[in-house]
Amino acid sequence: MTLATAHLRIRRGSGDEPPRYDEFAVPFEDGATVLDALIWIRAQRDASLAIRYSCINANVCKECTIAIDGSVAYACTTRLRADRVVTLEPLPGKPVLRDLVADTRPPRERLE
Amino acid sequence: MTHIETDVLIVGAGGAGMYAAIGAARAGAKRVLLVDKSLVGRGGATIMAQMTVAAALGEEAPDDWPLHLADTLAAGRGLCDENLAAVLCREAPVRIREMDGWRVGWARRDGHIAQVTAPGHSRPRCCYVDFLNTGPAVAATLRRRVSRIDAIRRVSNLIVTDIVTTGGEAVGAVALDQAEGEPVTIATNAVVIAAGGLSRLFRRNSASANMGGDGYALALAAGADLVDMEFVQFFPIGHLAPRLVGMDPIMWDPFRYKLGGRLLDGNGREFLADYGSDESTGYTTPRDIATYAIQKEVAAGRGSPHGGVYLSFTHVPRGDLDAAFGPVIERLARNGIDLGRMPVEVAPIAHYQMGGIAVDETMATRVPGLYAAGEAVGGANGANRLSGNAIPEALVFGERAGRFAAAHAKARRDGWDAKRAAPAVDAIRRLRDGQRGNASAAALLEELREVMWREVGPFRTAAGLVGAANRLASMRRALADLTVEPGRAFNPTLADWFELRAGLIAAEAVTQAALARQESRGAHQREDFPDTDPAWTCRQRVALRPDGGLALKAVR
Ligand SMILES: Cc1cc2nc3c(=O)[nH]c(=O)nc-3n(C[C@H](O)[C@H](O)[C@H](O)COP(=O)(O)OP(=O)(O)OC[C@H]3O[C@@H](n4cnc5c(N)ncnc54)[C@H](O)[C@@H]3O)c2cc1C
Ligand code: FES
Repeated sequence: MTLATAHLRIRRGSGDEPPRYDEFAVPFEDGATVLDALIWIRAQRDASLAIRYSCINANVCKECTIAIDGSVAYACTTRLRADRVVTLEPLPGKPVLRDLVADTRPPRERLE
Repeated sequence: MTHIETDVLIVGAGGAGMYAAIGAARAGAKRVLLVDKSLVGRGGATIMAQMTVAAALGEEAPDDWPLHLADTLAAGRGLCDENLAAVLCREAPVRIREMDGWRVGWARRDGHIAQVTAPGHSRPRCCYVDFLNTGPAVAATLRRRVSRIDAIRRVSNLIVTDIVTTGGEAVGAVALDQAEGEPVTIATNAVVIAAGGLSRLFRRNSASANMGGDGYALALAAGADLVDMEFVQFFPIGHLAPRLVGMDPIMWDPFRYKLGGRLLDGNGREFLADYGSDESTGYTTPRDIATYAIQKEVAAGRGSPHGGVYLSFTHVPRGDLDAAFGPVIERLARNGIDLGRMPVEVAPIAHYQMGGIAVDETMATRVPGLYAAGEAVGGANGANRLSGNAIPEALVFGERAGRFAAAHAKARRDGWDAKRAAPAVDAIRRLRDGQRGNASAAALLEELREVMWREVGPFRTAAGLVGAANRLASMRRALADLTVEPGRAFNPTLADWFELRAGLIAAEAVTQAALARQESRGAHQREDFPDTDPAWTCRQRVALRPDGGLALKAVR
């Protein structure tokens, strides 16, 4: 049993709001991923945190792409770390819908 | 509010939904609307399939579809709907060859499509795309085809919450547009439910986030029946530990095909033979028996540290390991796993729903205008599914559902009635303005998965099932009192609420059917009724009563 804690700084708010950052402390387990931590936050701390993911383990849907400490990465394959605060932001270059969700829908799959 | 008119609406864009769209357009439907709560072609099980697709092509060795049918019926433990199983086996080769023409890239050997023998198949009839790329290749090929057909309109991040009926016929749907948090109404002459399975309802699963049983709940509420809901397939050797990222938990199966591999209890002892399975000639144990054996070992206190058993390849020479695993050896090493030196821990996980929406051979439910396809359909696989039968089921049933739905749509006039859609539209509007309660749907979804895993999983007893049914019913009553945060654009608490509402009904259908079936057969194992009872060689149908409860009926 490790009792370490990971600290995540997460960009919040919808596209038209000024961005703000919330910090979460998440129990750290060896081998856990950033997506594990986000799912834990939604179930245990803040259900309103918006994230996008589908396949969880297989790394095939690519829906979980975000910016982790400024670099584009998959939340489901990036390991969590407990040694310092990690910053999460939505995929850059796309309109933000809310929190970590950017509008990654292909243009021809939108409603309008 | 956005209102869309279409000829055929397809709910869910996995393999079944995308093929249904192609089938409907080819049958002459001018307007086909293909929607998915996730992104088209990405959200469900199809893109995750790693292994094989069964079809009696006879490329590797002589084969014919009646042989495939005989294997399917034997695996189904006497419960397959023979008509549906026959359609599946007869048309699988047609779809597989059509996809070959669309350059899906089936692996080839000496110029012909390579086919291997998966457990339960009497012939080498399972094709695949290298390396572990079957699902992604199938999904990408269908996505490409669909995008080239003008009649098909695609919409992603649209969650269908209700099917609209008038006079007992399906005439439309109400959906939540996640990006805007707005209700959307859809008038249509036919609906195909291709929303996939429900394995996400169990804590241990191989599922994506979008396999929570929406399709079953939509069908029940529209007046259709479900069948065989108690038969959830548990995949016996899901990866358990050490934590592995970037690889699906069912990844060990192909290597069991190639190398055998030994299943060992916590003390390092082989145990499958104690359950009547002889693996001296290779990997032959069917999924239901392996799942049962592993659960029994764990229950007897002989499990591995994380509550499973060991899968070991340490007896296999390094060179053979490298040849069989190829680049996967590297990926395992990055996860700290050296198969030459250590076993991994594996355990059963929920993987596939044999049961589902009751349809005839045209994929029509008993509600005129309502069709179903893919894993959402029940019956073809009976009490246990052969590996490799699910992708062909999605493709074959999808194509048919689209084709017959288009024919139905052509013969019908617009029956849309906005008044009938109003309650569902109002529900979305009310909830997105927020609701104060004492728990979140996200937290209840976690509890739902825990209850289903503990009491309705691979091991079932009357007491456990009754407890689960009571808890599910009280969770259903609590829906009105859950917290939903106000907010429109991509408000996850709103999506959670609808996911929970659907999941609870689907879970209750599984639980009630499992409680009523007082025997063990295939994937349904009752501790208190360990034997198969010939009197139970019948299917159970589930319907929704007007008071919201579920009604069960055995059909022979
Ligand atoms: C990890 C894994 C590996 C597998 N490997 C194999 C294999 O090797 N061979 C094999 O034959 N089978 C395999 N299977 C099973 C097979 O992949 C599935 O049974 C099959 O792909 C189901 O296809 P489908 O189109 O019916 O459903 P899916 O592909 O699951 O698609 C359903 C879609 O419906 C959408 N949806 C759900 N609810 C709603 C809603 N309310 N509104 C709008 N959209 C909605 C979902 O987002 C999803 O995109 C595997 C399954 C898994 C999970
Ligand atoms: S969740 Fe699918 S790739 Fe990360």
